[in-house]
Amino acid sequence: MLKKEYTGLANINGPLIVIENVDDVAYDEMVEITAPDGEVRKGRVLQVSSNKAVVQVFEGSTGLNINESRVKFLKEPMKVALSKDILGRVFNGVGEAADDGGQIYSENKYDINSKPMNPYSRQYPRNYIQTGVSAVDGLMTLIRGQKLPIFSGNGLPHNQLAAQITRQAKLGKDDEKFAVVFVAMGIKHDESRYFIKSFEESGVLQNVVMYVNLADDPSVERIIAPRVALTAAEYLAFEENMHILVVMTDMTSYSEALRELSSRRGEVPGRKGYPGYLYSDLASLYERAGMIKGREGSITQIPILTMPNDDITHPIPDLTGYITEGQIVLKRDLFQRDVYPPINILPSLSRLMKDGVGAEYTREDHSDISSQLYAAYSHVNEVKSLASVIGEDELSKIDQKYLEFGEKFENKFLKQDKFNSRDIEETLSLAWDLISELPEHELDRLSEKMIDKYYRRKDENGET
Amino acid sequence: MEKQGKITFINGPVVEAENMTGYIMRELVYVGKLKLVGEIIELDGNSATIQVYEETSGMKPGEPVFSTGHPLSVQLGPGIIGNIFDGIQRPLPFLEEKDGPFIQRGTRVSALDPEKEWELKILIEEGDYLKSGQIVAEFDETSVIIHKIMVPPGKEGEVIERVPDGRYSIDHVIAKIKDKEENITEIKLYQEWPIRKPRPYLDRLELGVPLLTGQRVLDTFFPIAKGGTAAIPGGFGAGKTMTQHQLAKWSDADIIIYIGCGERGNEMTDVLEEFPELEDPETGKSMMERTVLIANTSNMPVSAREASIYTGITLGEYYRDMGYHVAIMADSTSRWAEALREISGRLEEMPAEEGFPAYLPTRLAEFYERAGYVKTLGEENEGSISLIGAVSPPGADFSEPVTQNTKRFVRCFWALDKSLAASRHFPAVSWLDSYSEYLNDLEPWYKDNVNEEWFELRSRAMSLLKEESRLQDIVQLVGEDVLPDNQRLILEVAKLIKIGFLQQNAFDDIDRYSDINKQYWLLKIILYLYDQAQPLVKKSVPISQLKNDELFNKLLRLKNTVANDEIDKIKEFRQEIDDFYQQLADSYQK
Ligand SMILES: Nc1ncnc2c1ncn2[C@@H]1O[C@H](COP(=O)(O)OP(=O)(O)O)[C@@H](O)[C@H]1O
Ligand SMILES: [Mg+2]
Repeated sequence: MLKKEYTGLANINGPLIVIENVDDVAYDEMVEITAPDGEVRKGRVLQVSSNKAVVQVFEGSTGLNINESRVKFLKEPMKVALSKDILGRVFNGVGEAADDGGQIYSENKYDINSKPMNPYSRQYPRNYIQTGVSAVDGLMTLIRGQKLPIFSGNGLPHNQLAAQITRQAKLGKDDEKFAVVFVAMGIKHDESRYFIKSFEESGVLQNVVMYVNLADDPSVERIIAPRVALTAAEYLAFEENMHILVVMTDMTSYSEALRELSSRRGEVPGRKGYPGYLYSDLASLYERAGMIKGREGSITQIPILTMPNDDITHPIPDLTGYITEGQIVLKRDLFQRDVYPPINILPSLSRLMKDGVGAEYTREDHSDISSQLYAAYSHVNEVKSLASVIGEDELSKIDQKYLEFGEKFENKFLKQDKFNSRDIEETLSLAWDLISELPEHELDRLSEKMIDKYYRRKDENGET
Repeated sequence: MEKQGKITFINGPVVEAENMTGYIMRELVYVGKLKLVGEIIELDGNSATIQVYEETSGMKPGEPVFSTGHPLSVQLGPGIIGNIFDGIQRPLPFLEEKDGPFIQRGTRVSALDPEKEWELKILIEEGDYLKSGQIVAEFDETSVIIHKIMVPPGKEGEVIERVPDGRYSIDHVIAKIKDKEENITEIKLYQEWPIRKPRPYLDRLELGVPLLTGQRVLDTFFPIAKGGTAAIPGGFGAGKTMTQHQLAKWSDADIIIYIGCGERGNEMTDVLEEFPELEDPETGKSMMERTVLIANTSNMPVSAREASIYTGITLGEYYRDMGYHVAIMADSTSRWAEALREISGRLEEMPAEEGFPAYLPTRLAEFYERAGYVKTLGEENEGSISLIGAVSPPGADFSEPVTQNTKRFVRCFWALDKSLAASRHFPAVSWLDSYSEYLNDLEPWYKDNVNEEWFELRSRAMSLLKEESRLQDIVQLVGEDVLPDNQRLILEVAKLIKIGFLQQNAFDDIDRYSDINKQYWLLKIILYLYDQAQPLVKKSVPISQLKNDELFNKLLRLKNTVANDEIDKIKEFRQEIDDFYQQLADSYQK
């Protein structure tokens, strides 16, 4: 097919360029732009009318000029070539080799926007993944095929937690079928290095594919990077039958790049300047997690985002929480009190936990004990605020017990070494140790049967 | 001559075309070489703006637009129940069969299975004069739903031809009727109806029967009437979807239409896997035998999300017209409003509040007005549509436009509270912020069908909860110990109401569904305890004695231990309460 080349642009505005007097241009097709110095960049058609096309340039427009820049329309949407050779490799945000392993050659090219999964074809995720982190396994269990983000703040140890989960979750029955797709969007060099090092140390590097767009790379590439990465994940999961864990960081930088592009296009801004379609856009990424009936593989997503000002009502965490299947929320106060991982359990949640725990998967008491821990810890917070008014000494006996329980919960259950992996039995047994600090009649979420079986009754001397 | 327009502009789901003279507003059109489904939303001279219901990637200016001559419609006939459709009524199982697990574009499939045959019983004779809505034939659509073929609205006439009883597929003409102007209407097993136009009925009736949901906080404290409207606003994780699923499972409607509008794919899969296994307490049959799913999840095209709400409600109206009570759950109406906003933005319309178009309140009003309890055309049966919409306010802030405007048009407001959800008090329906405007309408029904003192009981419990909230404010300042014992007793009883009655675990086989009688007795027993304990406070029995851990604990567990058909066990519990307090009183007498 003849690919016509046009010389000259009508307008340049940030990463957007306008080309006039074009014909036969398709919405969403790929474009190749040649700068006056001969450098070739890629772009995508965002809007097209009978004789005019608006194009988004991935690498940004720095160095382009009006008269000499040349534009070629490639007659197809953006695709990436994929084969199993991507394992162990590093690519940039648009899927080009960023290590010295050369480009991937493959007959199989995949549209990075994929197509929406038919809800009828989905397989409901039920198999839990043991992460070895008590707070997660016990209270917000991760399920294979789930999308469970980490809501964090600047300076909090979200990377350490994500790395720990990745390191410890891989230990399953079929290790060789497990791979990590890591996509960095606008993160710092040292953060990226941290992940590489951690993959290396845990010996999974050969099973990691990395798509890296760093803080000083063009921001518009950030919009492409997760799509390329998820396309790779889909290929590995649904064609190569692998279990894929996708770590996506930082969704805040991603959303900011989207906002920047939207404002360049002069779109009506929504909350805090983010475009009105931010929800749908994020959904087009997060909903690519899951499982398909009759196929072996799965895509589990752990997106990471830093909440501006630690504010969970900010549009990015807010819209994310509306789409993902729960969230793991980190809390600065815990971090400052030296509790790692500083997980604030009350706003945290795993929506798929209800169908993935219990006798069949973990243990019969799992869901009840977790609900009881939530309820008790929530009361701890009430007691704390009361104590700050009337003083600890004035608290009722039972409330003082709650304070003690809260303290132990944070320091024995939540707190855990970065290299310590607790199995589910250990986590649940720890949970019962703690809940047994409270008198039986306070435990309204536990059935008598569970209490009889697991509660550690004390004799007069306080011995269990 | 075939009309054909030409595309001039493409921006995502919004496409402009010229050469569009003769096309009608809201017409269904096929757009581009792939013939994607679209709808005309603006006509201006020779050109038109089209909202496309599928992804437009790869489309070019110059490609054709094809006319159909009719507005975007649904096919109404057998095969709807038990099925799952996308926002424009494409059956998802068929799409899977044709295209595999990912939804492709331009795939056109019939909404209803054209091949399947149904065992019809014809109810009319040649020579009968049939009115609109009159029933022509009926047959079992599922094991619990009898499907009734009706004369389409606006048509009537004398039967000039009819087929005998037998097996027919949907395209078969089963009768012909001729009206006074000699117009002949062929009656098939299906009719078509434009989704944006409410189906007519004879008369709107007053509401007076509750839609029982088996959820205690709703049925007892904030009941909705059959034919009524309710909104469930709440931040993410507050329990909107779980509540909607509970309603879909346990409501005493004949037919459930569940619209997943811009939400998660797995939540639809969850319903698909769970419902066939669940038994309807009324019919003993699988829940799927009365359920229709509409799924336009968040990653599916945004404009079809906008249409999905109308598709769902039109299907509902069709079954209402047969004389059924239909309950429709829409999760979430905020996503529908946002779809409106997105399209409006692409049309460069002048935004009103927070970017939403100025016509948002009108659209919401039109939607909720399609609920109601009616006398049907033709047969003059009674049927109803109850509408329950989830609302997802950004940042869980109820002052935003969708929540506020919805509040104007619904009469039940089931506000979900973030802090209740955080402490795992479910359903997290706030007893202080929620309300039902149907209370007075429903009072006679509850009195006749449950108990004469129902409303008194409810009001007493409600005032205790309100009093408790006031006392908690004081406790937060000075601690509980300073309160007098009669007030501390109120705190304890309110706790019984909250844990023993309001909290309801959707995952507990017994607790998940409470019939109305069990609800009454559970509340009754708590207040009974209060009535026995209260006099002892006056006799200076300390609260630590009145609140007996064993007794209270047992009472709290009644909801989980007593099944709906074992109510006597709750009644018998009165004896235990009597015994305990009698003994206590005696020991203080001495
Ligand atoms: N009635 C209930 N019983 C038990 N758990 C519930 C109930 N309602 C909500 N939950 C819990 O809350 C979580 C979130 O509920 P969901 O309905 O998905 O919230 P939303 O739709 O408001 O985001 C569920 O996954 C479940 O763990
Ligand atoms: Mg929901």
